[in-house]
Amino acid sequence: MPLITYREAIKQALDEEIQRDENVCIMGEEVAQYNGAYKVTEGLWEKHGDKRLIDTPISEAAFSGMAIGASMLGIRPVVEMMFMSFSYVAIDQLFNNASFCRYMSGGLMNVPIVVRGPANGGTNVGATHSHTPENMVANHPGLKVVCPSNAYDAKGLMKAAIRDNDPVFVMENTLLYGEKWEVPEEEYIVELGVANILKEGTDLTIVSHGRCAMLSLEAAKTLEEAHGISVEVVDLRSIRPLDEETILNSVKKTGRALLVEENKPYCGVDAQISHLIQLKAFDYLDAPVHRVSAIDAPQIYAKPLEDWQIPNQERIIAGALKIFG
Amino acid sequence: MANTKKKSATSTKKPKNFLAAPINKTLSKEEKLDLYRTIVGIRRFEERSLRAYNQGKIGGFLHLYIGQEAVASGIVSLMEEHDHIITAYRDHGHALAVGMTMNECMAEMYGKYTGCSKGKGGSMHFFAPDKNYWGGHGIVAGQTPLGAGLAFALKYKGLKGCALAFLGDGAVNQGSFMETLNLVSLWNIPVVFVIENNGYSMGTSLKRSSAEENLAHRADGFDIEWEVCDGHDVFEVREVANRAMKRAREELKPFLLEIRTYRYRGHSVADANHEKYRTKEEIEEYKRTKDPVNLIKSQLLADGTLTEDLAKKIDQEKKDEAEASAKFAEESPYAPREEIQTDVYWEVDNDADNKLKGTYFFND
Repeated sequence: MPLITYREAIKQALDEEIQRDENVCIMGEEVAQYNGAYKVTEGLWEKHGDKRLIDTPISEAAFSGMAIGASMLGIRPVVEMMFMSFSYVAIDQLFNNASFCRYMSGGLMNVPIVVRGPANGGTNVGATHSHTPENMVANHPGLKVVCPSNAYDAKGLMKAAIRDNDPVFVMENTLLYGEKWEVPEEEYIVELGVANILKEGTDLTIVSHGRCAMLSLEAAKTLEEAHGISVEVVDLRSIRPLDEETILNSVKKTGRALLVEENKPYCGVDAQISHLIQLKAFDYLDAPVHRVSAIDAPQIYAKPLEDWQIPNQERIIAGALKIFG
Repeated sequence: MANTKKKSATSTKKPKNFLAAPINKTLSKEEKLDLYRTIVGIRRFEERSLRAYNQGKIGGFLHLYIGQEAVASGIVSLMEEHDHIITAYRDHGHALAVGMTMNECMAEMYGKYTGCSKGKGGSMHFFAPDKNYWGGHGIVAGQTPLGAGLAFALKYKGLKGCALAFLGDGAVNQGSFMETLNLVSLWNIPVVFVIENNGYSMGTSLKRSSAEENLAHRADGFDIEWEVCDGHDVFEVREVANRAMKRAREELKPFLLEIRTYRYRGHSVADANHEKYRTKEEIEEYKRTKDPVNLIKSQLLADGTLTEDLAKKIDQEKKDEAEASAKFAEESPYAPREEIQTDVYWEVDNDADNKLKGTYFFND
């Protein structure tokens, strides 16, 4: 199986979907002639032209809204946010219009758009460019959100998102764009709402998503080798819809749960997961549910401090050991 | 070719017989009567909904279109197969003009299951995609990029049509609208923005909210053609809007139309101050000289389309229809509680085979 980057996997998904459906188009800042700020769309403008790859001015509210309006008539725009942080200037469009038009019309319409772009910290760019708003998206019924942790999922989830008839946010990660994974050449889809068990184990379940799932996988190996703790790692992949069954089955098996995410802790995704576990697996728990999240402050600029602020090996391992007292 | 020469917004217009303009001259008697029926219908519907609101039957907000009827009626009457329309929260007039029934609109305001949105949208959120009507939007100017998107889709698909995106004079000061003006000009998007300038953004007069009071002039900053006209004469609205719509359809160019109109009631019925931020005399003067219902009536009486008897008959029919819609709404049921969680996701609503994975709703 070819080893390709996360960036290349997303590009393949976009390329294939543009070819599959004439209504799929990509719009955003620098997506066409500049080849993408993070080169995710590199070469696609040359291949597919102005109609399918659309450079926009720096006007997130206008082009997000236009994508939503166009989708009402059957166009399927994939909107790139250069940073997901920039979606904040388009909140009325994305969090009112994309999410609620279907509902407020009593189901007379749907909004098949994809909003994609990097949503991560750890890049030394300060608070305004480091948001992880998957919790905010998930808090809006009508929206869906996925956080691929690797190239295989990035491609499969992107294709599922584009074919989905509801608005889907795909949260990417700039720190993963250059990482490589095995991705099959034949076509595949990763369905929304299906978690992935990255590693099986018996003593502790780590539930995570996005890049943190990969960090958790590494931490799990250390925990096993250095501390003799067998860890199961559940990668959520999809935040809304959520694969509750896989989380609960794993926790019921191991009796312990550590939740790891880059979100800020208060009202983060893992606050919901934690509630789910206590409600539906209470009798199986041998210890309280613990969390490792970003340290609760605006994202700090200074690199060594930011590396400590977001989850890392050391903090995940310490979090796991705390559960075992 | 349509005359798209810019006009000065401040010039005093000579009274003109717009009924004699080419776009209006060809109207059949029945088409003119239809316009009359629409305008009278909106007026009677709004009056009846005001009563229902005051009786506590309608909750939330009620933004009445009384005084502005000729704007939506005139423009909608020009719509062709691939033309689409979207507006903000003062949306009842546009809804009735595109052919939505009084029953479904009134029932929606009552929050009933028989409403156009099953009681999930309310007064500000009427939709009828089958009539190319895309709402009904609650946030000021939030609908303007959506309207541009409808037009973008037409162009993308190679369909000859335009999108009509209505907004109020308060909406021109929102960033999303200005961003959208730039985009549609840059990309040659066939959208016609219609500013229904009723002089007040809620309780703040134009003078107190917009640095340049000639709102259409903003189009110059984006290299967009514009015109200004009055909104009380439905035939004037048609004459001017027709040029804008034709240009959009045929040349794929956006257009900014500012229509000077007036609302008799407050921003919403809850706006108890509306006779404080403007004078009673101002309201009465408009009613006396520029009332859209009286104006079309006198025009159609003069040209023989209408008789006093027929006018009375139509008026009574519309009153009865509005009354019946209130009765229909009153007697309709609310949606069952299970409906709270339908129409959220298309995929969930259409999952007959039970193929979807994962949890979509998160109540204990």
